[in-house]
Amino acid sequence: MDIDALTGCLASSACLVTQTTSGFIIGMLLFLVAVGLTLIFGVLKVVNFSHGAFYMFGAYFAMTAYQFTGSFALAMLCGAAGTALLGLIFERVFMSRVYGSDVLMQLLVCYAFVLIFDDVVRMIWGPEFKSMGMPAAFQVAPLFIAGGVVPPYYLLLIGVALVAAVVLGLGLARTRIGKVIRAAAHNPGMVSALGINTGLIYGGVFALGGMLAGLAGALAAPVRSLTPGMGFSVLIESFIVTVIGGMGSILGALIGAILIGMIRSFGSLGFPLFTEGLMYLFMVIVLVSRPTGLFGKEVA
Amino acid sequence: MTELQAEQAAVMPRIESQSQRSRYRDVLIALAAFAVLAILPMLTGSKALLDFVIRCSAFGLFATSLNLLVGFTGLVSFGHGMFFGLGAYGFGLIMQRSGLPVPVAFVATLVITTLIATVIGAICVRLKEIYFAFVTLAFQMLIHSTILSWVSLTGGDQGLRGGIPRPAFFGVDLSNHVHLYITSCALLVIGLLLMRQIAQSPFGYTLRMIRDNAIRASFIGIDVWRAKLTIFVLAALFASTGGIIMALFVSGAYPEFAYWTISGEGIFINMLGGVTTFLGPMVGTVLLLILNDTVTRLTEYYGIVLGIVILFFAIGLRKGLMDFVVEWYARRRNGSGE
Repeated sequence: MDIDALTGCLASSACLVTQTTSGFIIGMLLFLVAVGLTLIFGVLKVVNFSHGAFYMFGAYFAMTAYQFTGSFALAMLCGAAGTALLGLIFERVFMSRVYGSDVLMQLLVCYAFVLIFDDVVRMIWGPEFKSMGMPAAFQVAPLFIAGGVVPPYYLLLIGVALVAAVVLGLGLARTRIGKVIRAAAHNPGMVSALGINTGLIYGGVFALGGMLAGLAGALAAPVRSLTPGMGFSVLIESFIVTVIGGMGSILGALIGAILIGMIRSFGSLGFPLFTEGLMYLFMVIVLVSRPTGLFGKEVA
Repeated sequence: MTELQAEQAAVMPRIESQSQRSRYRDVLIALAAFAVLAILPMLTGSKALLDFVIRCSAFGLFATSLNLLVGFTGLVSFGHGMFFGLGAYGFGLIMQRSGLPVPVAFVATLVITTLIATVIGAICVRLKEIYFAFVTLAFQMLIHSTILSWVSLTGGDQGLRGGIPRPAFFGVDLSNHVHLYITSCALLVIGLLLMRQIAQSPFGYTLRMIRDNAIRASFIGIDVWRAKLTIFVLAALFASTGGIIMALFVSGAYPEFAYWTISGEGIFINMLGGVTTFLGPMVGTVLLLILNDTVTRLTEYYGIVLGIVILFFAIGLRKGLMDFVVEWYARRRNGSGE
């Protein structure tokens, strides 16, 4: 425990800005992963335990595309589109077979794919740590805000995540397809009786969730190292985010992600060894006081 | 007395006498199983086989106790591994620091487990389904983080090293491999027998009722919270015993023992073996350990093979092996009887 470091940082504006930015980075990446998780749970009522693998694939797809084309935009696109496709196939071929059966069976299918996907990545890209490297466009001097260091790439990352949050929130609330998705979440039988293909919606939502996780992985690729199994810690953390925010709530995922990001960022100063413990402690406190999370509704 | 209570009163003695009869049978089976396990070292000199049985004892107790929650009560715990880790660390620490005799340390570890499980359980069992799963997972990770960060007590990520002293007691010397083996087998058989008694007791039937319809159970006057808490603590005790066997076996304790993957493996073992039969988790344990040992020897891509096996069970059979066999047998018998 190092409370002095924490209070010292809180008193210095430079440190405050740096830590807050890094908290936002962690939070925004987590949000992109968690929002997919929460969306899939909200509509399909499936806890997608293999969601971290999509994050991992997003990062690897982006790295490979970047190595071949040298274009950052194409790398992001490949990361997102590749995982969307993967999500669609995974849902249609495997997950759709265990709907309505035991929750444990769904978890097992996901767990099986966590194991398989990690090994597939190991086979294709090798077991060692990889790095994509920062694109040339972002290799510029960092900004200084109140003495704190903020790399421009961080601003892009936060911007993309916020845009995704707004588009997703408005899309679900306002558009026709958004309404259909919400209706399918509420009463799939009725929606399918109206002549709407619910299988397509399920596949689409899974693909969308996979795409968001893949985008997060692609965005993280320049700043994190890539390794098989990298999806796992992200998965656990995004689980905490969704549970804190309330399963199925997009706003909850956003708030939860920022909270966890800040806990991680400032906790690492004050409690270097117990940072993870702080997150779990926070999760326990939230769950005990509000079992359905901060923004969750009681689902039947 | 209301009508429901009268009905309940009429059913209870019937279950009681039924369980009375099966109790003798269970004890006989347990004795026979122990006898077979006990003469094994005389038949074979294979240390690997004895090691295998010791590991089966540790994980078997753990998995079967998890099934008391998952299969019998419908409480899907993702954090049961914390009690496995707690047993290993509790026992290891007591032996390293106090030099108490083994049986005293054993009992002391169970007492500590009871206290912690009561506190955690009292909070967890209020929640339902997926939220129960998550909050148990959170507690597990909290304990894991505590083990990692409390370096002065637990050795942090290095684990509890330096060996666990195992002074002889009542002529049992646990540093002797055969003595350790026999002790593990005895703990396994006694543990399974006790759990079997719990499952077949009126309390065990209360648990099944809570699993099937908790609201109805509370209507006829069962204190659901209390029953769930009781089984949560009891299951923790058996998981902790599994952890103690593991600590004795490896002569140490490591943070992985308290990591969530142990809980995941426990769930997996249950699904592999089946959750509706009492011995399903035991079958699952043996299957998983054999699978682990052979696959890691044959290929470095262990995940792919294990993943495909899991898919076979989840999508192909849609149930554990024992569940499948029992249903198949029942179907066949009914079919030939027609």
